[in-house]
Amino acid sequence: MTVTYEEALTRYEPVFGLETHVELGTRTKMFCGCITTFGGDPNSQVCPVCLGLPGSLPVVNRTAIEYAIKIGLALNCSIASWCRFARKNYFYPDMPKNFQISQYDEPLCSDGYLDVAVGGEIVRIGIERVHLEEDTGKSLHVGGATGRIQGAEYSLVDYNRAGIPLVEIVTKPVPGTDSMAPDVARAYVTELRDVLRSLGVSDVRMEEGSMRCDVNTSLSVRGSGVWGTRTETKNVNSLRSVERSVRSEISRQAGVLDAGGRVIQETRHFHEDIGETTSGRSKEEAQDYRYFPEPDLVPVAPSADWVESVRASLPELPSARRSRLLDAWSLSELDFESMRNAGALDVIEATVSAGASSADARKWWMGELARRANEAGVELAYLAITPAEVARVSALVSAGTLNDRLAREVLDGVLAGEGTPDEVVEKRGLAVVSDDSALLSAIDEAIAANPDVAEKVRSGKVQASGVIVGAVMKATRGKADAARVRELVIERLS
Amino acid sequence: MITRDDIAHLARLSRLALSDEELDHLAPQLDQIISAVAQVQEVAAEGIPPTSHATGLTNVFRDDEPRPCLTPAEALSGAPAVELQRFKVPRILVEEG
Amino acid sequence: MGRELTRKTATELAAAIAAGEVSAVEVTQAHLDQIAATDGKVKAFLHVATNEALAQARAVDEKRARGESLGALAGVPVAVKDLFATAGLPTTCGSKILQGWVPPYESTVTARLRAADAVLLGKTNMDEFAMGSSTENSGYGPSHNPWDLAKVPGGSSGGSAAAVAAFEAPLSLGTDTGGSIRQPAAVCGIVGTKPTYGGSSRYGVVAFASSLDTPGPFGRNVLDTALLHQVMSGHDPMDATSIDAPVPPVVEAARHGDVSGMTIGVVTELAGDGYQPGVMSRFAEAVEVLQGLGAKVVEVSCPHFKYALPAYYLIAPSEVSSNLARFDGMRYGLRTGTGSAEEVMAITRAAGFGAEAKRRIMLGTYALSSGYYDAYYGKAQQVRTLIIRDFEAAFAQVDVLVSPATPTTAFDIGERADDPMAMYLADLCTIPSNLAGNAALSVPAGLAPESGLPVGLQVMAPPLADDRLYRVAAAVEAEFDSRRGHPLLDEAKGLGA
Repeated sequence: MTVTYEEALTRYEPVFGLETHVELGTRTKMFCGCITTFGGDPNSQVCPVCLGLPGSLPVVNRTAIEYAIKIGLALNCSIASWCRFARKNYFYPDMPKNFQISQYDEPLCSDGYLDVAVGGEIVRIGIERVHLEEDTGKSLHVGGATGRIQGAEYSLVDYNRAGIPLVEIVTKPVPGTDSMAPDVARAYVTELRDVLRSLGVSDVRMEEGSMRCDVNTSLSVRGSGVWGTRTETKNVNSLRSVERSVRSEISRQAGVLDAGGRVIQETRHFHEDIGETTSGRSKEEAQDYRYFPEPDLVPVAPSADWVESVRASLPELPSARRSRLLDAWSLSELDFESMRNAGALDVIEATVSAGASSADARKWWMGELARRANEAGVELAYLAITPAEVARVSALVSAGTLNDRLAREVLDGVLAGEGTPDEVVEKRGLAVVSDDSALLSAIDEAIAANPDVAEKVRSGKVQASGVIVGAVMKATRGKADAARVRELVIERLS
Repeated sequence: MITRDDIAHLARLSRLALSDEELDHLAPQLDQIISAVAQVQEVAAEGIPPTSHATGLTNVFRDDEPRPCLTPAEALSGAPAVELQRFKVPRILVEEG
Repeated sequence: MGRELTRKTATELAAAIAAGEVSAVEVTQAHLDQIAATDGKVKAFLHVATNEALAQARAVDEKRARGESLGALAGVPVAVKDLFATAGLPTTCGSKILQGWVPPYESTVTARLRAADAVLLGKTNMDEFAMGSSTENSGYGPSHNPWDLAKVPGGSSGGSAAAVAAFEAPLSLGTDTGGSIRQPAAVCGIVGTKPTYGGSSRYGVVAFASSLDTPGPFGRNVLDTALLHQVMSGHDPMDATSIDAPVPPVVEAARHGDVSGMTIGVVTELAGDGYQPGVMSRFAEAVEVLQGLGAKVVEVSCPHFKYALPAYYLIAPSEVSSNLARFDGMRYGLRTGTGSAEEVMAITRAAGFGAEAKRRIMLGTYALSSGYYDAYYGKAQQVRTLIIRDFEAAFAQVDVLVSPATPTTAFDIGERADDPMAMYLADLCTIPSNLAGNAALSVPAGLAPESGLPVGLQVMAPPLADDRLYRVAAAVEAEFDSRRGHPLLDEAKGLGA
């Protein structure tokens, strides 16, 4: 029984939560000195420790702790004054020790929040915990149809990734977002990604796996106050998938409940192609990881001084930046959001720093340049033009040297690699013709070529001058200041 | 009192494919041992903090500096099966987790 | 000549080699010959590294010839418990599951020995993954006590103890988690020390119970043992649990055994039922000796020591159940069976592990299970705190504590092999020090009259006070040696002295 999203929301209130794993951008692994560079030859970045060879021992990477504290502070968490690592015990070929060193009931950071802007409103997402753990190796499954586990004959394991530091960020459950749940979930992941990027702790590329999300969803019967069973959805590899997986789970669970069934607590797999989740292999029994404190590592007790020095080193966080820019640029939340979603904040700010007005900077980046970026299929920041150059073009327009049309041509030239804006103006001869005498000769030609129109203007129909102006603009290939031309035409014909 | 079924369950959790004879032999021994170690429950220990590390050390770290690692040949040197410079393992049935 | 060389102490050998009186190659060859003559009966060694050892010895001789300075153990042969990862040499941990494994890296402790120019003779037999008190849990058969070949040499470091007692090596390395150095030392009539936990690096020591494992030295006398203790110990950045402090002055203390003015505590609880009469009488004598030498002796009660054994047999199996999970046939060692990865793992582990390993893995899995954790593992860790406090209270009154090292002399091979509870009792006296992380050693205290077999006196000191052990042990040794008039091991009949 299929239920539409809208129908589902009439009967149920969704509650969601997110667990995000972030690969830290440290130079070396969590517990050993192997490098963390992506894409190395298989098993060329391993040592006795990350390979879990008998007798090997872990030693904590100080920078990983610092990055995790940074993340915790940026998410308004309390930082533990004393905590331990714990072993999470289970057997799996991509885990060399058959246990993962993680944290259990003593996370490094806890009880924080992240404010996200959705549709002009601020929603506060509670953060349950932020903790550190080690990543696993990677398996290639050989012999099956799709390269996935089902039907594979054997697997090939590469441990280069084993031991890379991971930070796990877990939200508290988020109720009360109603039909906006998918959007809020997406906005949270987006904001989290931006926070992490601004901290410089990870390159947070979902497509490359340095940021992975698991989405938990449950439904509560409207007005019952009782939360339902939640499912966990994995393989959510993009912002769009975060939104779609919440949406599809809401519909699916509503369908199950409406038909009188029970939602099974299980792990589901999201499929990008069909936009739906399917059931993962359900487990016979809940996994008992037999957590106990990691005996090979001593407790981590960050001093207050250390935590404060990390706090002092925090950059301006996205929410602070948003407040600042909303105020400085007199923007609406929606305008800001569209700029942020277009990835334009950095370039626009830089353009303003280079001397343009915020309105002009926005106009160029969100308009003409955004169009070109879309056409070329690249992000704004990767266009072949700098904020300083855009500021220069804007300045040339303000000074009257260029009009909008000419400015667009100058942009073309810069993007094509012809040089700086001034060099392009020079080479292509794009300056607005401001010399009246040059204009007058074009005007006289146009008048001579359009005698009937000229007669109308002389007899008082000033609007008709537009034809003459148009002809002059064409003759000058748009390099005239249209307003000035009009003045001169009317003068000439009066 | 721990039963043979309990022991069989523990064996599965520990990835030990024990034979029936082994289970028959080990179960009473484990029962005896568990009863003996349960003696710790006699100790009055309210308010006594557990000790997980005897040295009292904290904050032992290393710098985020690369160190030499093994060559792939060394890493794979003990491997029962290798293909494409990776550890070849039999088909995995259950998704991780 | 060869036999004479094997009778010399490590200290004498080091001096003779350094002085050029004898070559390192001669010394190594003499010990290799002794192994060839004796090890068929003692079975101390799993692997004799003949070529490598002679090459190391040659290198020492060449170094000496070039006038370069030599390490503290230059040319001295050392046998290494097969629990230490030795690059290029097979390392089995006494288990079939690692048969044929050759580590691609070296443990810190053996690297330090090499840096001190020691000669690594080979790898010795042990109870599988260090679990046991007799070497009967070895996947390769037990070792035999040189005093009586029908008896166990103790365990888990039984091979290392037997090698030294049989004059196959003057020094050997072991590890002590619940008594695995002290108990074999006691039943083989040699000296063995468990240093302060964290005093010697565990990097490259295959883990049994990570919070308890301590690599340590064996020697035939106190000074030799101190020398090895000194060389192998010290902070290691590759081991996060290693202590960043200077090695206590153990050699100095071993040279000056003087207990006058010391207060020595006899632990009340480490006596009574299950303690062999000859062990208790020899222990009492040793205590009298200490009094006679000027120490003040008092009785000290450590009331929670009676829970040490059950606490240990919860903590150690819990940690080992996790530490042994990596042996699954996927990356190294034995792989057997067909089917899925899960099936191959389970079949491999069932085939590769012995009964004691299986018992402890399942016991540990049980103790850590959700629902049982608090009552078992959690409770055991609280008991651990109480035992630490017992020691702290005791050491506030005394400088060292003493007890027998183990309740009985060596038992028969086969006697306790399938009776785990009986086997565990061998660790009664030694376990408390492991739980607390203290330093402790066993020094010979004569032979029990009823069995004619060695008895060990255990000395215990606070963490980082390892030197006190040697001070007391040296005093006792000097007195007993002078009364006896000959080395104790001269009386070992097992090899037909």
